[in-house]
Formats: sequence, structure tokens, C-alpha cells
Amino acid sequence: MAQPRDPDPSPTTFEEARQPLVVGRGLTKRFGDFVAVDGIDFAIERGESYGLLGPNGAGKTSTMRMIACMSPVSGGTLRVLGMDPARDGARIRSRIGLVPQEDTLDLELTVLDNLMVYGRYFDLPRRVIRERAEQLLEFTQLTERAHDKVEPLSGGMKRRLTIARSLVSDPELLILDEPTTGLDPQARHLLWDRLYRLKQQGVTLVITTHYMDEAEQLCDRLAVMDGGRFAAEGSPRDLIARYATREVLELRFGDGDTAAVAERLGGLVQRHEVLPDRLLLYAEDGEETLSQVHRLGLTPDSALVRRSTLEDVFLRLTGRSLVD
Amino acid sequence: MTVTEATLGARSAWARATPAWVRAMRYWMYQYKRTWRGSVTTSFLYPVLYLAAMGLGLGSLVDHHVHTVGGEARYLDFLAPGLLASTAMQIGGNEAMYPVMAAIKWLRTYFAMLATPLTVTDVLIGHLAWIALRLVLVTTIYLGVMAAFGTVHSALALLALPVGVLTGLAFAAPIAAFAATQQNDTGFSTIYRFGLIPLFLFSGTFFPIDQLPGWLQPIAQATPLYHGVALCRSLVLGRVAVGPAVVHIAYLVVLAGIGVGLASGTFRRRLVT
Repeated sequence: MAQPRDPDPSPTTFEEARQPLVVGRGLTKRFGDFVAVDGIDFAIERGESYGLLGPNGAGKTSTMRMIACMSPVSGGTLRVLGMDPARDGARIRSRIGLVPQEDTLDLELTVLDNLMVYGRYFDLPRRVIRERAEQLLEFTQLTERAHDKVEPLSGGMKRRLTIARSLVSDPELLILDEPTTGLDPQARHLLWDRLYRLKQQGVTLVITTHYMDEAEQLCDRLAVMDGGRFAAEGSPRDLIARYATREVLELRFGDGDTAAVAERLGGLVQRHEVLPDRLLLYAEDGEETLSQVHRLGLTPDSALVRRSTLEDVFLRLTGRSLVD
Repeated sequence: MTVTEATLGARSAWARATPAWVRAMRYWMYQYKRTWRGSVTTSFLYPVLYLAAMGLGLGSLVDHHVHTVGGEARYLDFLAPGLLASTAMQIGGNEAMYPVMAAIKWLRTYFAMLATPLTVTDVLIGHLAWIALRLVLVTTIYLGVMAAFGTVHSALALLALPVGVLTGLAFAAPIAAFAATQQNDTGFSTIYRFGLIPLFLFSGTFFPIDQLPGWLQPIAQATPLYHGVALCRSLVLGRVAVGPAVVHIAYLVVLAGIGVGLASGTFRRRLVT
């Protein structure tokens, strides 16, 4: 999907191509007394897919809105494409794309109309928008619905349209805020596939999510965010290796006191977590640990051995689960 | 790089783009092209019906009993320019209420715009510019209807077009400023009930102000629609006195200006958090 870029006042030089696209130092966002983003540091490299993983209220959306130059920075510094959002906000926004959490589509217009209207905000010539729209509709598998009104489309289709729309200006950086929240599994997987292709085409992606499978699938690197701060940063594999064991044994004791059982089992493994409904035992070999549990004479209602996920990383770092 | 750009040299494409507020205004024009049919009733039908019912129907009764109404032999001639200004008020007010709230709360159109190179100022000015265009359209149609009814007696009536637009904007700007502060439409009902409708009835549209009780007259003269009505009427009937005309224009311009100033603040507070 090679497209001619719009004439740009500052072509990408070799030097510029090696600088991080987005740099935050001590980035802070306050709403009155409430601190939503509490001094975070990060650098997002060109061509990578960077994630912010955290529960609702972690400050992910506030961070995204600052990067998208839609929300003023309260403290620290932020540079997007080498520019300061406070001074060059409009210019930055002409080179990035945003897929917001809440739809901002025009429900009364058609799918194609929405793309036309958005492209015109960037002052793209109509002919150019139409060409790109055709390619983008094909890319997001919406070609058959091009002349349908947006209102009756499914949530997944609307989200794909929003993604297509955000690409009309051929942005260097695409920001996606919770892109698959509220979608059914099939729609989510289709979206992941499309985003993966985008990544392969060299578009830098910044994604926020509270779904650990999404973070694992899509992100080269991610920051675990909670309470406005970064708890950890790294690739999904690094984070799991650092903060979790290879496998997890999940036990359910129906009518027993999980905490009491945990005391008896505690010595078996290096780390365990007591959840309201389950006991998690972190081990290198889950099956082995399960046999040890049985040898101690315990009979759990159910036992599940699984690989560690980012959910476990989050639990380790914050003591809470991603989904509240 | 296109040939044009190469020829014009290093000046960036960025600087030569269509002004951003025009791009915002273009959105509303595009939308209207797709949805204009719904507005035919308020923009065209109602004004014509009012003119016919009040102007001709009621008018024939009135003319039968009095020699002049506000200096005019026919009630229809007295009424028509008043209705023009009132219609401008209603259209201006309407366009600044629900469409603004929808663009903030329900459809979030403004937020779609703000994710692009457009700024809050562009968003506001673009929307007000669209409302002005709409007012031009409505006022032009209305003047045409008035001419068809035979109530246009002076070339100065053409100036009723910009005056109509100004009247509409004098309401649209402050109401838009208000709309941006609201979380639901209960405030709009208040504006209708205690603002637009009383003004519509008592600002000199249907009967001269001096029919009101003495103590009420100065109050009516302090309200915006009175100035729009008086100015439109004087232009259409060809009886303009410079002094009062300047006062009417100044009043409307200042009100529109205050509205834009306030809207700038309320839009920014609501849209850039």
C-alpha cells in the first residue's frame, strides 16, 4: 500500500530517521488536584509498536491525548516528531493519526463520506482522498459498505472505519486508544491482523489497552502503567521473564479457605498469589508442582496449568489484576 | 514535489493550505448538502405560512380597522421585515444549540476535528461561519418570498440581508458559548421559553413597540431582536434614520462580538482538557 506522502516541509533526513518519534521526560498531567499522569519517561522509536498496558484509570488515555496534541502537558517535557506540542500542535497533528476510544464518526454520512470529510480537514485534494479511500476500504475490508450510512454498522466495522479514517492522511505515527474494547472476539482478531500489517508497512504504532493478549500480540515493547506511573517497561517476553515464572498453576478450592491452603503450600514455590476465587502458584514446571500438591494430600476442585502472561506481570508489579 | 511547489520555491505546502477555519466550515456545508431536506420546513415553509396567515389573514382584519400600523398602510408591509429578523434569530439560535451540543457530546464531531491540524479557534469560527452562510441562504429566500408577496418597496431592502445575518449571529454566538457549558438540553428549553419566544412575540415583529405598556418599552428596546427588527424594517420600507441605524448595528455587532469572545473561552474549556 505504498502511497505518495504529502509534500512535507521537513523531509525525513537520515539523522531525523534515527531519533525517537516520541520522547517524554517526567511527563505529568493534572486535572485540578488529581494527578492522572505522574512523571513518566519514555522514548518511542520509529517503526516500533509501543504499548501502554494498564487498568482503567491508569492514565493511559491522558498520556495518549497529550501525545496526540489534544491535551496540554501539565509538567515535564514531551516531544513528538521532534516538536513541542505546545508550539507546533497543529503541525504535529498533520503528521499523526488518532483512533480515539470513543467513536467520532459522522453517523448520518456514508462510510466513504466520512473518509472524504476527514481527508478534507487535512486539505488533501479530493482526488487523492478518493484514491486513498479506495485502498483503505479494501485494507479494512469495508469496500462493500462504502455507500452505506455509518449508523447501522456493527461496532467492529465502525472501529475499522475509524482506523481507515485515521490513515487517510498517511500518518507516520498512529495512536490507538483501546482499539478493541467492546468488540467481539472475531472483530478483535481481524483488527489485530490489520494492525499487524500496518506495523509491517512501517507505521509506528502507539497502543493503549487493558487486554494482556492484545499487548502480547501487537506490541514490540510496552510500559506497564498503574496510578499514573510506569511500573515497568520492556518487551512482553522480557517482562514475563523478569516478573513472572514460566508457568502458573491455578487452583480452585471450592469450600475451603484459599488463604489457609496457601500457607500450607507456600513453601512449594517461590511466589504465590491469593485471589478471591483462585490460588496462583508460580513455578517453572506447573505439572510438577501439581503432583507435589497432590502428594501433600490436597484435592483442589480444579487445577489449570498455563503459561505466564502479562496479567501475571501486572499482578506481581501492582498487586492487582488488569480487569477490575 | 509538484511542479507548482518547485516553481514557487521553498515555501512549504503547509503555509499555502486552505485556512483551517474554512476546512471546518466545509464540513458543515458537506453535511448540509446531505441533510438539507430536513430544514426546508423551518427555513422556508414556516416563514411563508406566517407571512400568509398573519400578513394576509390577520392583516386584512387589521387594515380594515386602522389606517396605519407603525406608519405603514398595510399590516403585511409592517410585518414582513419583522418576520425576517425573527426568523434569523430562530435559525441562528437553533443552529447554536443542538448542533453544538451534538458536536461535543453525542457525535463528538469537534473532537474528530481537533485530532487533525484544526484548532479550537478553527472549530468555533468554522461553525459560526457556517451558521452565517445558512443565515445568508435563509434570508435570501425570505427576501424572495417577501418580494413575491409584494412587500419590498426599496432598494435598501437588499441590506436587510446582511442585517438578517448579523441578527442571527448576535444570537448564535452567545448561545453557542452557552451550549458548550451544558451537559444536557434543559438549558435550551429555558432559552426558548424565557428568551426566544418572548422576544419573538414582543420585539416589534407583530405590533409596534409603543403598543406595549410604557414601563415595558425601554426593556423591549434593550433586547437584541428589537434592534434587528427595527433596522430590517427601516431598510425594507426605505425609511432609514442614520442615528438609530448606527445604534442598532452597533448593538448587534457588540453582542455578536461578546458572544464570540465568550464562546472562545467556553469552547476551549470544554474541548481542550
